[in-house]
Amino acid sequence: MGYMEIIIGGIFVNNILLAQFLGNCPFLGTSKKMETAVGMAMAVVFVLVLAGVITWLIYTFFLVPYKLIYMRTIAFILVIAALVQFVEMFLKKSIPALYAGLGIFLPLITTNCAVLGACILNIDKELSFMKTLVQSAAYAVGFGLALILFAGVRERIILARVPKPLQDTSIGLVTAGILSLTFYAFKGMI
Amino acid sequence: MAKTLTQEFTKGLWKEIPPFRLVLGLCPVLGVTTTMENGIGMGLATTFVLVFSNILVSALRNIIPSKVRIACFIIIIATFVVVVELLMQAYAYPLFLKLGVFIPLIVVNCIVLGRAEAFASKNNLVMSIADGLGIGIGFTLSLSALGAIREVLGTGKFLGASVFGPSYEPFTFMVQAPGAFVCLGLMLCIMNLVGSK
Repeated sequence: MGYMEIIIGGIFVNNILLAQFLGNCPFLGTSKKMETAVGMAMAVVFVLVLAGVITWLIYTFFLVPYKLIYMRTIAFILVIAALVQFVEMFLKKSIPALYAGLGIFLPLITTNCAVLGACILNIDKELSFMKTLVQSAAYAVGFGLALILFAGVRERIILARVPKPLQDTSIGLVTAGILSLTFYAFKGMI
Repeated sequence: MAKTLTQEFTKGLWKEIPPFRLVLGLCPVLGVTTTMENGIGMGLATTFVLVFSNILVSALRNIIPSKVRIACFIIIIATFVVVVELLMQAYAYPLFLKLGVFIPLIVVNCIVLGRAEAFASKNNLVMSIADGLGIGIGFTLSLSALGAIREVLGTGKFLGASVFGPSYEPFTFMVQAPGAFVCLGLMLCIMNLVGSK
């Protein structure tokens, strides 16, 4: 599998939100306003790439040699939780502007299944180190793209007259389905 | 706080049924419900984790310091998820393969963490078990309902047996990614319609 395939595949064909259904809680939760969507997308790009690389290192150099593969889930979630905490402290100290921009979304990422899911998928596919890096970045960009597109659509829906039972999450899900359909069109590319 | 045990149990079945009333834990709901069998399997695995993590969180609620409680909850939940993973690998391997990445992802299912934080850490053991069972069974019901609808419309089969006969052209849209979102959205709409009366 070449790098180009990984990039196109990660962003469009196997989009982590719309084709693999990972990270849907923040997808619906933070997409009502463009600002929060951009904040969440940036935070995910940041953490997902770091988490993908670090979990790969831990899996290859620690879990495999010591035959602890069955502890994978626990190890990964601890790494992600610690990483998020660390990133939060680091940003607060050195880049306060970005920290203020990300705000509440940074701690929420610990329980974002897109992050843990992407790490586990990378390990399951037995990718090399460089490919893990590229794949994580592609997934993260795909997440950001889908989230920001969806937020744009949802801002318009507020202006529309939606039947009462369909309001809010319900119409959000149907819209996500249509957005997912557009991403589905890329399926033949790989 | 004078709720009875049955109230705590039954609220998970209609009043707070996930994922319709509590819009949490959507990823497995959308990801695995291409057939009813998957839906039931995923629901039962989640119920197992939910009940046992509720028990442990509730039993330890006076020992866990409140500052690090979320981290403790996650470790407790992760432990039971590993238990489920190993059990399924041993006794239900084909189902384990089909559910794939979604089994380890129960760790970050917001429903489980949400119940630990909002209920089990404040209530006694028996109440927490009732709550865990109720929410878990509610979740299983929703997953199997969604799985059944998508399976029947998308493949023309129900639990592997043909429903509409050989002349039925499968509505493949339903078993693919976009169908999951649209189907869940319409089910939510119907729930709202019924609930508002």
